[in-house]
Amino acid sequence: MKIDLSVLDETERIIFALRTLYNEHGYHLYRMSKFKEYDLYSKNKDFLVSDAVITFTDTDGKLMALKPDVTLSIIKNDKDDETLIRKLCYNENVYRVSRGTNAFKEIMQTGLECIGPLSDREFAEVLMLSAESLKLLSPNYMLEISDVSVISAFLDEITDDPVTREAILKCMGEKNIHEVREISVREGLDPLKTEKVMSLMSLFGTPDQVLPKLYELAEGMGIDEDIKHLETGTAVFSGTDMESHILMDFSVIGDMNYYNGMVFKGFISGIPESVLSGGRYDRLMQKMGRHAKAVGFAVYLDLLERLNL
Amino acid sequence: MDQYINIALPKGRLGDQVYDMFEKAGYPCPELKEPNRKLIFENEEAKVRYFWVKPSDVTVYVERGAADIGVAGKDILLEYVPDVYELLDIKVGKCRMCVAAPEGFSYDGIRTLRVATKFTRIARDFYAKKDRDIDIIHLNGSIEIAPILGLSDVIVDIVETGTTLRENHLSVVEEIVPITARLIANKSGYMFKQQKISELKDALAQVVR
Repeated sequence: MKIDLSVLDETERIIFALRTLYNEHGYHLYRMSKFKEYDLYSKNKDFLVSDAVITFTDTDGKLMALKPDVTLSIIKNDKDDETLIRKLCYNENVYRVSRGTNAFKEIMQTGLECIGPLSDREFAEVLMLSAESLKLLSPNYMLEISDVSVISAFLDEITDDPVTREAILKCMGEKNIHEVREISVREGLDPLKTEKVMSLMSLFGTPDQVLPKLYELAEGMGIDEDIKHLETGTAVFSGTDMESHILMDFSVIGDMNYYNGMVFKGFISGIPESVLSGGRYDRLMQKMGRHAKAVGFAVYLDLLERLNL
Repeated sequence: MDQYINIALPKGRLGDQVYDMFEKAGYPCPELKEPNRKLIFENEEAKVRYFWVKPSDVTVYVERGAADIGVAGKDILLEYVPDVYELLDIKVGKCRMCVAAPEGFSYDGIRTLRVATKFTRIARDFYAKKDRDIDIIHLNGSIEIAPILGLSDVIVDIVETGTTLRENHLSVVEEIVPITARLIANKSGYMFKQQKISELKDALAQVVR
């Protein structure tokens, strides 16, 4: 069968280009059913972008859901195996509440997951593939990289109160330095250690610019190894044309109950929100009774129509 | 890159005050102050583009990327929780979000408290933290009249000087949160214009001091 590529619309072209990219790196297409037992999502509600899920009762009385997320389904179907690396990519519709209309919307999502005995090599490859994915969408892209373990260690320094941590984490996501100062005064936190968190929040730039400052800031905190992982991961970009598109910014935060290690978001100039989102989620694996490491990302294809391709 | 920074300013008194600060910070656009019907104002040299919008709409323009940055009251940010960066407390437009009740009002703690407000989320969150059941009556303005007419027991609203409250025989029962204007930024816009936005923020921070 011969396919005339000109019949594809822009989104289809992107889907195939992304799949080709992922295939070239050993990722295999993975298909899943539209429906899953609701139980899977109710147990991991906080992992979902929006917690509303479309549910219905199956013929046998089971409460089912139209999948609001792909990662949970993949973990659910994955057998618990710590010896073999699985590389999966997907292109699926998910069902989420859209913020503007406050109604359910079908969202086309493409992405990949890498599960198993992962090393820095795989993490770096996933970072590289996320930048390559963005590059395929537009030449004006930025990949923002952060690290949940690093953020968590800085929070550990100032408080173990979950409410205060949550409040400061929220400020970090907003780059809201003035409010961190207010919280610190209100809760009587160590001013010097708060200052460190605020310095972490002000770090912004390429890995070359940020990493030395991060080492300095984290001195004596015992997280040099975490930073080293970031360094090895981001080193994959040195000398490539992607180098100037990579930023380190700790306003990318992830839920610490699910993520550990690197988290990242991708932006395209002209689209007001992130079009790519991913990270390392060993904790989610553990929560679901799995022992392997895992990392992945998703590209939100529905946002691309705003690019006027 | 030679890009403009798009700035959404809140129409009205607060906006005038905020513009003066931007001007002092080195981002003037005198045309803005002339009486005319123009909506968009540019300063080619400083590469900024201002536009006036309804104060409660600033967050919408910024969140959706029509503006890279903007100035919005903390009340609006708390009520609508837009997905934006909050870069700076500009410390103008100072007021307080308060619970107010008719003078002499005392709550027995048994009945469901009826709260009239424009700020539904703020009121709900405030009373949820106190584990108290309330009935929220959403109004769009003239909130002070609600307890007078028996529509509600208390109101949750912005209090600046307290004059309106006093004139209606209401007084502040509790302060929920102090409010000031904040500089906010679109997350994607920030990525691509970080340097210029950061410079502007720093210059503005100098003026705030």
